[in-house]
Amino acid sequence: MTTPRTAAPLAEHDVRRRRKVWSYAAMSVLAVIFLFPLVFMLVSSLKPDSQILSDIGSPQAFLPVGDISLDNYFGVFDRVPVSRFLFNSVLVTVLTVGLGLIVNSMAGFALSRMRWKGRSLVLSLVIATLIVPFETIAVPMVYWVSKLPTLVLEGGVPKYDFGWLNSYHVQIVPFIANAFAIFLFTQYFSTIPKSLDEAARIDGAGWFTIYRRIVAPLAGPAFATVAILTFLPAWNQYLWPLMVVQQEDLRPVMVGMQYFFQLNTAWGEVMAYTSLITIPVLVVFLSFQRAFVSSVAASGVKG
Amino acid sequence: MNRRSLATIVSASAVSALALTGCGQAGQGDTTPDGDGPVELTMWTHSAGNPAELEVYEQIIADFNASQDDYEVVTEAFPQGAYNDAIVAAAAANDLPCLLDMDGPIVPNWAWAGYIQPLDLDPAVTDSLLPTAVGTYQDEIYSAGYWDAALAIFARQSVLEDNGIRIPTADDPWSVDELDEALATLQDAGYDTPLDIGAEDTGEWWSYAYSPMLQSAGGDLVDRDTMLTADGALNGPEAVDFFTWFQGAFEQGWASDSGTVGNEEFNNDEVALSYTGVWNAMDSLDAVGDDLLILPPPDFGDGPRIGGGSWQWGISSTCNAPDGARAYLEFSFADEYVTAFADNQVVIPATPGAVEASVHFSPDGDLRPFVELSERFALLRPETPAYPVISSTFEKAAKDIMNGADIPSTLDGAVAEIDANIESNDGYGF
Amino acid sequence: MTTPTSTPVPPHASRPGDRAPAAAAGRRHGTRAARRREGRAGFGMAAPALVLLLLFLVIPVLLAFGLSFTNARLISPNPPRFVGLDNFLRAFTADPVFLRSMLNTFVFAAVVVPVQAALGLLLAVLVNQKIRGVTAFRVIFFIPVVTSIVVVSILWRFMYQENGLINSMIDTITFGAWQGMAWLNDPSTALGAIIVLSIWQAVGFHMLIWLSGLQTIPEALYEAARMDGATPRQQFANVTWPGLHSTMVFVLVTITIAALGLFVQVDVMTQGGPVNSTSTLVYHAVRKGYRELETGYGATISLIFFVLVLIIALVQRHLTRDKD
Repeated sequence: MTTPRTAAPLAEHDVRRRRKVWSYAAMSVLAVIFLFPLVFMLVSSLKPDSQILSDIGSPQAFLPVGDISLDNYFGVFDRVPVSRFLFNSVLVTVLTVGLGLIVNSMAGFALSRMRWKGRSLVLSLVIATLIVPFETIAVPMVYWVSKLPTLVLEGGVPKYDFGWLNSYHVQIVPFIANAFAIFLFTQYFSTIPKSLDEAARIDGAGWFTIYRRIVAPLAGPAFATVAILTFLPAWNQYLWPLMVVQQEDLRPVMVGMQYFFQLNTAWGEVMAYTSLITIPVLVVFLSFQRAFVSSVAASGVKG
Repeated sequence: MNRRSLATIVSASAVSALALTGCGQAGQGDTTPDGDGPVELTMWTHSAGNPAELEVYEQIIADFNASQDDYEVVTEAFPQGAYNDAIVAAAAANDLPCLLDMDGPIVPNWAWAGYIQPLDLDPAVTDSLLPTAVGTYQDEIYSAGYWDAALAIFARQSVLEDNGIRIPTADDPWSVDELDEALATLQDAGYDTPLDIGAEDTGEWWSYAYSPMLQSAGGDLVDRDTMLTADGALNGPEAVDFFTWFQGAFEQGWASDSGTVGNEEFNNDEVALSYTGVWNAMDSLDAVGDDLLILPPPDFGDGPRIGGGSWQWGISSTCNAPDGARAYLEFSFADEYVTAFADNQVVIPATPGAVEASVHFSPDGDLRPFVELSERFALLRPETPAYPVISSTFEKAAKDIMNGADIPSTLDGAVAEIDANIESNDGYGF
Repeated sequence: MTTPTSTPVPPHASRPGDRAPAAAAGRRHGTRAARRREGRAGFGMAAPALVLLLLFLVIPVLLAFGLSFTNARLISPNPPRFVGLDNFLRAFTADPVFLRSMLNTFVFAAVVVPVQAALGLLLAVLVNQKIRGVTAFRVIFFIPVVTSIVVVSILWRFMYQENGLINSMIDTITFGAWQGMAWLNDPSTALGAIIVLSIWQAVGFHMLIWLSGLQTIPEALYEAARMDGATPRQQFANVTWPGLHSTMVFVLVTITIAALGLFVQVDVMTQGGPVNSTSTLVYHAVRKGYRELETGYGATISLIFFVLVLIIALVQRHLTRDKD
């Protein structure tokens, strides 16, 4: 499949066409492989438990056939305060992601484009923290946050109290700084020419201005990628809220999943609930994906 | 001058954040009520997502709060799968509620750890309960529950009769040989996997369901006389015999670890026998009707055994009003509530009065056989703080054996692990 | 937001004025002052993230580090005792499951890292084409990533069963020549089954990272390459691949670290079994340190894990360093 320089326009067109067909074929096969959990989930959420289980070994598992109804969804709303959990997760996720974008991109900027003492050491340390899986430090973390001070208003008077358990901030603050995000921003920012900074410095711009007005607008794809990257763990938080949040009205959606695993699992309701909490994620991804593409288009001029 | 101000703000906030953490001295924010109002009793249950059970708690709490002015019970429900993690985390953070429920076998561990205090209820209350509904450690009562569960073998009368299999009774249960024969017959009769033993489940189910079989064979999880070693109990000849049967049952395809947690396979007549709990009985009654048999588990040599001990209530050691907690618990053990739990959740009521009043468990109730099985065969899991480790080790060893591991060496390894743990905990107080 | 030093500057001169003193004060002095300012501002901009990482990562890790030399227990009335290196000795000499877990972890990473990185790149190249409907495919390939890993693991556990979908599919394809097997119950296939599921679940994420790298490569370079008559393969080798260097480093590092930290799939699907064939270091650390309440020993396993991963990451960084 070579395209010699001398090839007639028609031949070249043919080659492109053939490549296109192959691409579509490959992507369609892959799409089937990648789509089936969502299909299974949505289809099963409409079936009674016994049918989900009897369909599991056959292609029927992916078809909305048999005893189809919305009963599982009604069951979910009876069992779990869905809207409250969704609200909590949206709040926690938006704040974690939003604050994370600011904090981590500022760190990435400082680590990639500015000269300061200890910079390379700090960068190595940040990358080193990537290796810590949360599961391995969960226990010391609970102990530690239960000792952290917090500001409370008692009769209008601010006062210190101790213990971060049972709050929104205990679900947000520990996850704002994210070594992955810092690393990604650092990598991305270093691909943007430094001459832009120098030019701006000569025009008298401060570092924060350079970050905010020049570099950040050119880094749309990095912001979009990091937003998705940090959105997922925030939305999927499970072990941590389980350990540190006791009040039901502060719980996030993933903890709600456990409500269906009683002595026998209500599989239909699990699937309905999972569908309910996965769809917002897909919507967010879709909208970021668009922002992602357009920001690339906007910054396409740079070299 | 953006950069200057930013740096200043950032470093100022960083410094203050560090300063705040620097003065972090423990002092758990207990909400102490102001003077006059009723004292708040916090209470955690494992019942989130289980409306039938929650409904009874709500009734009890409403009645109790209305019955007096000194205390007010405030409840928080956790989903069962997440409950133990929440308790352990809360204990590590010194943040336990006043009243908490817990699975029976964990009681000695939490008592030893100092999470809970001796229950000290009016003996009239605790004496009236099923012995398996009371949790003790070192001869002191630490917990009490409204019910117990029981396991049995579910079967269809018609299927057994058609295949010429004797219907066992509590007085004359199946021997292992009879069970083997029955399973072979049923397999020939077209049941690919004749027995649903529940091996697809994980966690405490394994110890709850299979350690009674081991005990029925004459083995045990640990030497109950000393509670200091598992040697001889978990790896003796009786244990090896039992696990040989256990491994064989999977090899011959009599049982499998595929399928789903629950009793669907039996209800759909895909398996002939199901070793499962009282909580699945109503669905099976609906599916099978009069044809349903509730049979005793087989006798592996030492008489049939089933596991005892379900969810029970205790009072945390950090409770600020233990008298109020006791008052609530004594109030809650009224027959009417115990009956409500039993019938709502389909579990065996813990008081004689409630057994009489129950729809399902009274002498002519449809689930009466469970009461007799529980009375005659229930055995508590070893009441030692080592239980969580024993249980986790047992589960792992039994699963490995199911998957074909060498039996004696696997059991010896499990014993070594348990013994090392007991030793490193200085015998757990024994 | 103005600091006291900024107020005297006349509004009309604010921008140039900012630079004026430095410029006027002579080159050498100005450079040094600017350097100092740059240093302060740089540290200041990194500080919020660094403080948070210190508080919520470094300190808990240090706590775990301290615990690893004790016999601390999650639940115990006895205060923890300092036991020196006992826990480390136990791990390497008296805990065969630990050694097996280490082996499993490395096998898993050794397969997953190259395969997932390559598949991710392949997907990224496919969805980077300017053809109609490509956005839909991007979203579809990303779906397993956004579905909770717990749910995905439960689902695959069903499918791997003896009467599950995988076997019935193989049965159809091989016209019944295949004897169905319970993939997760056989010590020789369980880890492989988890590898397949894990790659399937995470590859969409790395597709996205590769894609963001691909999009930074200017179209002009491709045009130039086409002008020179480069085949698509040559374009990939000479334009795409060199342009992806920093992306590749990121992808490799993140996959390696994620692979070495394998936990949820094992926890949901096999609990380390059958016969320890899927136990991993993180799973073993959680099992010992949390489920079996041996906090001190669990912390030791975590610590050994950190050190091993750090070594691997450093080696990897050295191997993939930018030659320029």
